[in-house]
Amino acid sequence: MSKITRKQVVNEVVQLLRQAEIELPEDVLSALKSALKTESNQIARTQLRQMIENAELAKEHGTPMCQDTGTPVFFVDVGYDAEIDFDLVEAIQEGVAKATKEIPLRHNAVHPITREGSENELMDVNLSLVKGNKVKITVAPKGSGSENMSALRMFNPSEVKNIKRFVLETVKNAGGRSCPPIIVGVGIGGTFDGAAKLAKKAVLRKLDKPMDTFERELLDEINSLGLGPMGLGGSTTAMAVNVEYGRCHTASLPVAVNIQCWAARRASITLED
Amino acid sequence: MEYQLTTPLSANDVIKLVAGDVVYLNGIIITARDKAHERLLQWSGEGKKIPFELKGATIYHCGPLMRKNTALAAGPTTSARMSKMTTELLKRFEIRVIIGKGGMNITEVLRDKCVYLTYTGGCGSTAAKQIKRVVGNYWTDLGMAESVWVLEVENFGPLIVATDAQDNDLFDEVQKKADQQMKKFK
Repeated sequence: MSKITRKQVVNEVVQLLRQAEIELPEDVLSALKSALKTESNQIARTQLRQMIENAELAKEHGTPMCQDTGTPVFFVDVGYDAEIDFDLVEAIQEGVAKATKEIPLRHNAVHPITREGSENELMDVNLSLVKGNKVKITVAPKGSGSENMSALRMFNPSEVKNIKRFVLETVKNAGGRSCPPIIVGVGIGGTFDGAAKLAKKAVLRKLDKPMDTFERELLDEINSLGLGPMGLGGSTTAMAVNVEYGRCHTASLPVAVNIQCWAARRASITLED
Repeated sequence: MEYQLTTPLSANDVIKLVAGDVVYLNGIIITARDKAHERLLQWSGEGKKIPFELKGATIYHCGPLMRKNTALAAGPTTSARMSKMTTELLKRFEIRVIIGKGGMNITEVLRDKCVYLTYTGGCGSTAAKQIKRVVGNYWTDLGMAESVWVLEVENFGPLIVATDAQDNDLFDEVQKKADQQMKKFK
């Protein structure tokens, strides 16, 4: 018998959004504080201090840390054995609508051409079927400043060595517009849309997880560019580079770079049957 | 250098600022993003009266999150989207300060008359705290984020002078150094 109810999902979505919008995750706050310890550029230091103060103030006031409350991006892992007798996506939608009124969130959703209609219609839900009887809901509200600076390229299979340069160029071209220090999510392989999804998942990885050699090298090279916090100069351009891989066609090499601003908002909950 | 400035500002007030200086602003700032810029150009082109004062004004690239007349989060939005429209805007109005984030690449347009300052991106809460009062809200048909909010601020900052009125642009300097560094990577 199902113990997960529709009402529960609606309320949990409101809670998740509230947490994500108001409280900067501990690992991100701690990465900003570490950056302040090593950063010597005076302007960069003013930016990092302001970010840390902002995170504390948002938490104290219980208000969203950034006016761009973002696109609510959901990743939902549904266990095969979880019994759900209601429309899960519609319940999430209702949770977003409720959160928009209660927190509140800015109305960001518009028609792409007419630019009209600003209700927060749900814009991105990714459902996966997994083993077990649990349902894990993750929300990552995505601001447009960094999302707009993301890029995807379909490389030739012989161009593996060009991947690094593509990532570096994407970060350099974004400059201060993506609100650095950023998290760089890279998706290598899969299909056209698959690479983008891998990159977006890569952004979700916590900053206290160790990076591999390739990721570490890329991080060092990005930070050597000197863009710094908000692109005003300094040694802290990125906090992490996270790469996810997927199998791809023998004739393909899709690479996607998803950029996440320093306000890396995310929250998760696991519901049990 | 660190400055405390109070609006409205004259050309003389702003041309002394040098890229890298820190500014705290007091007085009135006017939010405008994509749609408000479009309308400013359209209305002034048609000779219609703009319902708020732009002489000596400070434009803030911001789409705030408001609850009635209280700012909950009001950090800057990406200024580059407004670069082209700003070139025309500065020909028509005596705007002295533009606040945003990420840079605009309009050094020549600002020369001898206007400066571009940056507020730290993502800092919606600190900015909201420095907003003391909503003086007016215009063009409300554009919605909460795109309408024009005339705001009274106190110690608004720290603002970094990113582009001064003498052709210095921090973003440009940083990009040039990054371009040099890129040459090291094959």
